[in-house]
Amino acid sequence: MKKLLITTAAATMMAGMAMAQDVVRIGTEGAYPPWNFINDDNEVVGFEIDLGNEICDRAGLTCEWVINDWDTIIPNLVAGNYDVIMAGMSITEARSEVISFTTNYLPSDPSAYMALAGTDPSVIEDGVIAVQSNTVQAGLVADGSADGLEFPTPDETISAVRNGEADAVLADKNFLAPYVNDSGGELVFIGDDFFPGSGTGAGIRQSDDELRETFTRVINEMKEDGSLNEMIVEWFDDGMSTF
Amino acid sequence: MFDYCTDPSILEQWQWFTCYLTTPTHFAFYRSFLTVMLLLALTAPIALAMGMAGALAMRSRIWPLNWLGRGYVNLIRGVPDIVFFMFVPIALGQGIEWIYHHIQCPDWDQPIRQGNDFIVCREAKIPGVNAPAWVRDVYAFGMAVVAFALVFGSFAANTLYGAMSAVPRAQIETAEAYGMTRAQAFRRVVLPQMWVYAIPGLSNIWQILVKATPLLFLLGIQDAVYWARELGGQKTSLYAYPHPDWRVWYFLVLLVFYLFMTWASERAFGRLNERLSRGQATAAGERQRRAAA
Repeated sequence: MKKLLITTAAATMMAGMAMAQDVVRIGTEGAYPPWNFINDDNEVVGFEIDLGNEICDRAGLTCEWVINDWDTIIPNLVAGNYDVIMAGMSITEARSEVISFTTNYLPSDPSAYMALAGTDPSVIEDGVIAVQSNTVQAGLVADGSADGLEFPTPDETISAVRNGEADAVLADKNFLAPYVNDSGGELVFIGDDFFPGSGTGAGIRQSDDELRETFTRVINEMKEDGSLNEMIVEWFDDGMSTF
Repeated sequence: MFDYCTDPSILEQWQWFTCYLTTPTHFAFYRSFLTVMLLLALTAPIALAMGMAGALAMRSRIWPLNWLGRGYVNLIRGVPDIVFFMFVPIALGQGIEWIYHHIQCPDWDQPIRQGNDFIVCREAKIPGVNAPAWVRDVYAFGMAVVAFALVFGSFAANTLYGAMSAVPRAQIETAEAYGMTRAQAFRRVVLPQMWVYAIPGLSNIWQILVKATPLLFLLGIQDAVYWARELGGQKTSLYAYPHPDWRVWYFLVLLVFYLFMTWASERAFGRLNERLSRGQATAAGERQRRAAA
């Protein structure tokens, strides 16, 4: 009897929650193609936008996208300005102390060095490496022997290599790939790819267990039925790992 | 925008540019200049009013008011603008939600601060949890106006305070000799005459305010500088209009815009100063009297 009562209470609670359905606001950077970016029609698009909308669809949530600067993206989440971060954010220990992550929706993806054609690969060890601040790559460069040069936006790291301010840029390979492809041989990858981090996940407030479980459940569901892999293949063409 | 824009990759150069410059993102860029001007138009009078209140408080003989005025002016002038702009939206936003939380949800038993998280009940969220995007935009813009008005109000307060003290003592003595009270003398003699002393300082503050508007992006508002950076950056073939790094051209547009703004306001202040000097016992007033005679 007691058990029955508890189940009923839980069911009522669930129903109540479903009724008080709020808009889930998802924060993203909007400057990191093809993960998330603002296209020429002033719409935010990208792999994470498709994925986020699909997750919300399947979970029956109403979702809204919010553009926020990369450097303040975590503080604004914990302050409650939005509820989820989907911004190509690698799951790291340091970040997990402040926010919690869903299960990863991208496996550990390759990072690569990009430089002007003819650059000696030894710059990886002793040159100047451009990175976006507060990224996994920024941490790697800070711990390594090369000099790190940090920029607030990913776009500026590319410019730094073009104008000679930095010898190479270290970033996610799939972000760099379109620049290499478009440059007609001017920009090339140097050194080997490597796989830092343990994949990309959605960041959620530590107190928001319910939302994290919902997102994790749907992501797992999408991993199983193959729809997540389809999305990855659609948006990333250059050696992005799938599940 | 034009019919021929459906496939930009095959267009002639001039057609490509007409399409490129009329994309929705470019219209957002053009609109952002209006946002900047709207901010200036709203902030300037509010900051001036705050400055006037601050200056009056500093002149007050009632000591709590006097301390309040001095505290406001010295505290805010002493903190870097950028720190204040980071502080206001977070602290003020959370402060308002905290107060509202205690009104709306007195029975709430969980702590508001849970580790790193700031959690108030859903009724106390401002703007409301289901507020449409434009309400959030207006709220963010309002926060920006408050932050700017607070900072620039404190500078204006000090300038106005100085200008009030610069009105010759003899004028006030004369007013007192006519039997005016302190308040009457202030209203009829000090207030109308102080502006000529205040204008140079106020015009400085205005120019700094114009140049400080790029700080808007810190407050989550997509201003002209944000769009110049966003549009000017290199665009790969993921975009409909790929182009190399054009930031220098976009920043050139900003440069022209800000120079135009400061040039126009410099002229406006010049004329205002002429007008206010008329009949004043200052060097400029004396020059005008001689020229007319």
